[in-house]
Amino acid sequence: MTLSVYILQVILPLLACAMVTAFVRLVRGPTLPDRVVALDLMATLIIAISAAYSVVTDQPAYLDAAIVLALITFLGTVAFAYYLNRSVKNA
Amino acid sequence: MLDTAVSILLTTGALFAAIAAIGIVRMPDFYMRISATTKASTLGASFILGATALHFEDAAVSGKIIAIIAFIILTTPVAAHMIGRAAHRSGVPLWKESVQDDLTASEKEVTGPSSHGGPGKRESNSSKSPEALLRRRMI
Repeated sequence: MTLSVYILQVILPLLACAMVTAFVRLVRGPTLPDRVVALDLMATLIIAISAAYSVVTDQPAYLDAAIVLALITFLGTVAFAYYLNRSVKNA
Repeated sequence: MLDTAVSILLTTGALFAAIAAIGIVRMPDFYMRISATTKASTLGASFILGATALHFEDAAVSGKIIAIIAFIILTTPVAAHMIGRAAHRSGVPLWKESVQDDLTASEKEVTGPSSHGGPGKRESNSSKSPEALLRRRMI
């Protein structure tokens, strides 16, 4: 079994299952912070998936997308936390 | 030989990512979910990125990957801290069998007993005196 076949048949399905499970929490999550954390986890999983996929296709260009995603996710989570704080203070 | 090391690292990372996903669904409480998710997903992504660096054996790619790992390790705890604090302040309840809530206790110590209820017993903050409002805004 070569490496790319192993990734395609074992690693990526495992990561996709993790993605679906995180999405369940995104849909069900009783509060807004639950959903924000689920989105954070999904972004980290996308980083992992694009890294594994860059090994499959032998294309390191996918890692650039991972860098951008890592930057954007942090900003998104901080923005949501700021918004939550603001809405509590003004309530 | 290299492929074996890469696949071992990839398997470890994917297992950590799966543990993070199980944790975010099965944990009973937002704060436990955040704790399970941030640590396990950081480790999972770092292992998979390390496997990628090992596979490419290229200085440019390795530098990029080290930058991603450093950024993830630096920012994930900060983001988790901020969202956890905001959630606690907005009154997301703890698990019913939690035994300790130090943040509510310390905020009470700082602000006096009436200005912040903490999660669970949130009060409507009806003290409308300007001094109380100012104090509340400063915190």
